[in-house]
Amino acid sequence: MGMTITEKILAAHAGKKTVSPGELIEAKLDLVLGNDITAPIAIKEFRELGLKKVFDKKKIVLVADHFTPNKDIQSAEQVKLLRDFSREFGIIHFYDTGRVGVEHALLPELGLVGPGMCVIGADSHTCTYGALGAFSTGVGSTDMAAAMATGKTWFKVPESMKFIFNGKLNQYVTGKDLILHTIGDIGVDGALYKAMEFTGSTISGLSIEGRLTMANMAIEAGGKNGIFKTDKKTIQYSSERSNKNYKVYESDKDAVYAEIREYDTTKIEPLVAFPHLPEKTKPARGSGVKIDQVVIGSCTNGRIEDLRLAAKILKGKKAHKDIRLIVIPATQAVYAQAMKEGLFDIFLRAEAAISTPTCGPCLGGHMGILAKGERCVATTNRNFVGRMGHPGSEVYLANPAVAAASAVAGKIVHPDEIK
Amino acid sequence: MKSTGKVWKFGNDINTDEIIPARYLNVSDPKELAKHCMEDADPDFIKKISAGDIIVAGKNFGCGSSREHAPIAIKSANISCVLAESFARIFYRNCLNMGLPILEAPEAAKEIKEGNTIEINFDNGEITDKTTGKVYKAKPFPPFMQDLIAKGGLMNKIRSELSL
Repeated sequence: MGMTITEKILAAHAGKKTVSPGELIEAKLDLVLGNDITAPIAIKEFRELGLKKVFDKKKIVLVADHFTPNKDIQSAEQVKLLRDFSREFGIIHFYDTGRVGVEHALLPELGLVGPGMCVIGADSHTCTYGALGAFSTGVGSTDMAAAMATGKTWFKVPESMKFIFNGKLNQYVTGKDLILHTIGDIGVDGALYKAMEFTGSTISGLSIEGRLTMANMAIEAGGKNGIFKTDKKTIQYSSERSNKNYKVYESDKDAVYAEIREYDTTKIEPLVAFPHLPEKTKPARGSGVKIDQVVIGSCTNGRIEDLRLAAKILKGKKAHKDIRLIVIPATQAVYAQAMKEGLFDIFLRAEAAISTPTCGPCLGGHMGILAKGERCVATTNRNFVGRMGHPGSEVYLANPAVAAASAVAGKIVHPDEIK
Repeated sequence: MKSTGKVWKFGNDINTDEIIPARYLNVSDPKELAKHCMEDADPDFIKKISAGDIIVAGKNFGCGSSREHAPIAIKSANISCVLAESFARIFYRNCLNMGLPILEAPEAAKEIKEGNTIEINFDNGEITDKTTGKVYKAKPFPPFMQDLIAKGGLMNKIRSELSL
């Protein structure tokens, strides 16, 4: 019986020839990630073990991206725990203000993640790296602490679901819309405990950035990981960023799937997920919901391709007078590239606020919190109650083109509607 | 081990932002986190509950962020157990790792009403609704996870493995 790519990576890291769904394994880890919210608890637990060193100081990544630049004294204290720990234990990959990026944009960009790797991160969107053909999943702080000590963790081998996308993409349809469509179809627990494997001719044509956006939101369907086949684009992306020898795994033709779903992408239009769940998808066109704020950024859609798309829509236009438009390049490199390409001129003329990289408003941290009754279109990944501020506020998830067009219109629109 | 407590009911897809909103994540002190437990799902929750009470919820409890602050907030609010139709996977994993008792029991979670008093026997997975007299059975944990729970969570398991 064949194996899926997820099963093959897990088997290899557990030192086994084969694994099957439901099996409990102990896997060696190639990378362990934490951020300024989750790592403080992990560091405390690790310190309580009294160990003199971590399992591998090159394989732990600490990214202070959520409440940075430090938004208050308490956050500053949390980040300091990361900095002190990194110095004491010689952690090479510690990233703070000025060098930091939103973690799931930063790690692929730095070449720290790539094909065939087995990665855990104390952040639910760690599933992002599946876009590069890695097995990668979110865990909690205690898992992170244990992994820093042992370099291993336990997994239940997940069943896999296959999602096949065929057809051309309609104008302004992006990876964001493909994943929103999927979540809208199967629901926020539709892939609970399962691997989500994305394939088909549309996926082959999709950029790495589009795939990162899709894998990023696997967790919003309850998925354990999202994963893509490694192709020429993946190899090029990874080899430009790292000289590691990646091992490429591929699903066997006779691999077993719990479920297979096929989508005709010519029927998919730009989508918006309405409050308060990512599964509540509706077409952007004709929606007309009045809004107060637009946020373009995050680990889902804060990469250069996303900013280019937003700039294309905003060029020569201004945000509606009632709209606060906030643009957040996800990393310092994205920031520099956007500036070099003149995108900032477009954003500034559109009267946008441009922020330093941070997760900030996505989780209601800082840099764009909503008041009671306010509505925001965001290119982020969650629209739960109170996610971006007051529990009485609302978040609508969309791609960067829809978000930019909605900023101009002052209400949710399809980009066509502002021409 | 047994727990008896009054039931507080919640619906489907209760996410970690509702369990502990991110605006309180600039600290990781369990006592501070407990003050805001379930705040965005029920602002008065923490005022209403007594030690030992039990949360009974629908499908996909704990979905969203990986923040362990969520089970920490529930545990330090002295909730004795969370019983649900199903749990999101990172939350489930976090509870086993840090020692918040949870049980998956779809029938019980659907039928048991808010305000009822229930008794949970963790040794055999039996849930008794003291108000109605009905007895339910929770899904058993696989042996690996039973071992994790018996050892008192992941860090204690690591301690014994590393002989610390």
